[in-house]
Amino acid sequence: MSDITAELTVSLTVNGRSHTVRCEPRKLLSDVLREDLHLTGTHVGCEHGACGACTVLVDGSAVRSCLLFAVQLNGAEITTVEGMADGDGTLSPVQQAMQDNHGLQCGFCTPGIVVTLTAFLRDHPQPTDADLRDALSGNLCRCTGYHGIVNAARQVAHAREGS
Amino acid sequence: MTTTVGRYIGQSVKRREDPRLLTGHGRYVDDVQTPGTLHVAFVRSNVARGRITNLDVGAARALPGVEAVYTGSDLNPLCQQFWATMTGPPPEMGGQTPYPPGSVLANDDVRYVGDPVAVVIASSRYVAEDAADLVIVDIEAEVPVLGLREAVASTELVHRELPSNVSVTMPLPSSPEIDGLFSSAAHLVTRTFRGARATNAPMEPRGIVVRYDRYRGEMEIRAATQSVHEIKAFAARLTGVSESHIRAVADDVGGGFGQKMMVMREEAAVIAAAFKLGTAPVKWIEDRRENLMASNQARSEEVELTFATDAEGHILAVKADFIEEIGAYPPSAGATAGLAIGVLPGPYKIPVLIPGCTAVYTNTVGKSAYRGPWAMETIFREQMMDHVARELGLDPIEFRRINLIGPDDLPYTTATQMVLDAITPTETLDQVVEMIDVPAFRIEQARARAEGRLLGLGVAGYVEPSAIAFGMLNSDPAVMTMDVSGKVQIRLGTGSHGHSIETTIAQVVATHLGCDIDDVMVIQGDTASSPVGPGTGGSRTAVIVGGAAQTASLELRDKLVRIAAQLLEASPEDLEVADSIVSVKGTPQAAIPFAQLAMTAYMAPDLLPPGMGPGLEVSVRYRPPTEFTWSNATHGCIVEIDPETGLVDIRRYVVSEDCGQMINPMVVEGQIAGGVAQGIGGVLFENLAYDGDGNPLATTFLDYLLPSAPEIPDFEYGHVESLSHTLGGYKGMGEGGAIASPPAVANAINDALAQRGAAALTVFPFGPTQILDALNRAPS
Repeated sequence: MSDITAELTVSLTVNGRSHTVRCEPRKLLSDVLREDLHLTGTHVGCEHGACGACTVLVDGSAVRSCLLFAVQLNGAEITTVEGMADGDGTLSPVQQAMQDNHGLQCGFCTPGIVVTLTAFLRDHPQPTDADLRDALSGNLCRCTGYHGIVNAARQVAHAREGS
Repeated sequence: MTTTVGRYIGQSVKRREDPRLLTGHGRYVDDVQTPGTLHVAFVRSNVARGRITNLDVGAARALPGVEAVYTGSDLNPLCQQFWATMTGPPPEMGGQTPYPPGSVLANDDVRYVGDPVAVVIASSRYVAEDAADLVIVDIEAEVPVLGLREAVASTELVHRELPSNVSVTMPLPSSPEIDGLFSSAAHLVTRTFRGARATNAPMEPRGIVVRYDRYRGEMEIRAATQSVHEIKAFAARLTGVSESHIRAVADDVGGGFGQKMMVMREEAAVIAAAFKLGTAPVKWIEDRRENLMASNQARSEEVELTFATDAEGHILAVKADFIEEIGAYPPSAGATAGLAIGVLPGPYKIPVLIPGCTAVYTNTVGKSAYRGPWAMETIFREQMMDHVARELGLDPIEFRRINLIGPDDLPYTTATQMVLDAITPTETLDQVVEMIDVPAFRIEQARARAEGRLLGLGVAGYVEPSAIAFGMLNSDPAVMTMDVSGKVQIRLGTGSHGHSIETTIAQVVATHLGCDIDDVMVIQGDTASSPVGPGTGGSRTAVIVGGAAQTASLELRDKLVRIAAQLLEASPEDLEVADSIVSVKGTPQAAIPFAQLAMTAYMAPDLLPPGMGPGLEVSVRYRPPTEFTWSNATHGCIVEIDPETGLVDIRRYVVSEDCGQMINPMVVEGQIAGGVAQGIGGVLFENLAYDGDGNPLATTFLDYLLPSAPEIPDFEYGHVESLSHTLGGYKGMGEGGAIASPPAVANAINDALAQRGAAALTVFPFGPTQILDALNRAPS
């Protein structure tokens, strides 16, 4: 047990700020974000990579932070839901579309949905409806029936078409 | 924004909850991290039923970082009472609710897989789980009690303190008159339907933080709960701490759907453990495996229905015999067939109902409320409507029309003595038929059949007993304060777990008070500031809290108008209110803003009308005129079955809903969509299955399959707005989406199967295996 509880040092850049954290090798990235960096917007809904609530960007890719150990990510650039907007109270286009289309109710899955859609729409500017629903297939929501979430994604994609 | 100041009701106002939740600034129970907090891991039984022969916590207690390890012998003797306010005290205390035996941890035997045996409290969850692994539990397994009818017959007992496994029973009555009624009917159809065991699966599992300060005699609770007042009252009864010395807080809650209404054993165990510890905050955050294994089950229900009709298809009488599984430790009585029987006639004229019901304990996780706890009546009745129609050679929609309660029948007293009024079942059915274009669909269906493709249409109607208003639920409070700057706060007994109350109640207040919505602050979820109320559930908030908000707003407005009348030397009848200004009708320059009136009320009491006290506060409680406020809807669903794979593609889903005056149509449609998705899951995917030894088989989201975006269609909404008799004309609708969708989907699947001549399915889930089996059994 001493091996997994001996703390290691890991350097992470999270939402543009560098952090050095000492943590056990077994500590999940999601727990380090929440407990050590106090970024509690990243939610843990299942701890086995199925629900997508804990999704963050690691070096630009959407990944499940509950399936990574923080010590795996030395030197990585991480963006959490807190880093999706400017921090001045305005919402990102995906966040604004989610509000416009009632894409959230209880809000617990929402951070993962925002991160997933942000990455997907960045890489797929003109998705079909089937593409959108497939892109969301790894994010579970129990409140909305996905109706408002899909409409939010459509709104963002259509706005880009028009611009 | 498209809204008009002062006229917010009926507008799709964007939610004020959203900015914080979209940016990661919500405050869920695990987001508050108080220094010095200790963390809980439970040691649980891995056996469904058995005797604990050895329980050794020595190694766990010795692990560095472990503060305490408590077993049943440590905590159970501290615990005094185990009952829920909503369902009242147990029979031995003068109540009527048959609760299971009370304990927070197993004593010397275990009664389901997941039964908490010990609670470990440590410096972190990691250490707590390490220590939990060091606890030695030896259990001598016994034969578990499993299965509905098997549990009734079994000589083994789930609870040895009780005389049998039957918690509640009301045998189906039998008499020559009843037999004659059925035997003389032109048509008699009997079917048995069964639901699939489901669980609420809110995306945020349960969680609680409790700190008991023995030097102040005060307890602070922060929890993922639908009712802060319930958890406060429960904690007081459990520990004997004065309820006045307990504060319970719930900020954002990640969904509940009924699961977080009652206090369950783990939450009670954490309360007891913190009470015993007497110092540090103790936090338990349920993980998903625990949530699926040990929170609650629902929908493990079966009914045998017999419909007697005349030659034309009029329903003459219905016999309904329910049996439901309530697991080992339902947090209240568990049984819900009583309410189901009460509303079983639904939107139909059913002159005679002969009901029976039985609830049985089994060695599985306890049953608790899941969105529409009584839903079995609609889920089974609406499937039965299609079965009977097929037997009679009638189109299912036509068979419904023959029996629906029409506008001229209202008010209509059902066979169960419910008085239905202000409902529109024929209108919502008409709207669904029109939106779907049923004749065009039937042509498409026939064409598809000729090509070997299987399309099906299902409809389902229901009447929702919304705004449940009896017992503790009879009313809801609102306390409204206008501060010296003329802005208002309204304090409610509700909470934030997805219902948009901060937005919708602000719409009600701004409309009735006559102010900008941004001047209204809604405060809820904290017993230190929220008046005593039952919490959020039972599709009650729009109707009952909406009524309280309207009442408070109008009382405060009346006081403002009377102050203005005094200052303007005018008659109150000649004044009007808009945009936070009271003015003389037709003379807008004779006007006083709310802020000035508020300053007067607080600082210049001598200027107030004679007899009026200073300040601007009102405290009201709204009780609706009836125990239920009926809403209704019709759902229509079109599916295509892939005959090669058995997969179901939902091609269209249409809902026509009558929830009276809509406060916020966007929120109404969001509630429908979420409920329907849950219902779709309940038919196609979700199955909280156990094996023959009582082991739960679905303890991850890879086994308990929630519907995801690709399986869910776009929803199409129609609205009928007939006003209820409550203040504001609102009707509740939070549960109906989940109630009517299972039979709509089931009926569509069976209609598609019928295109191939396959017999209708009656046992959920309707998964690919069951569908392929049905197709394979069809005569070729």
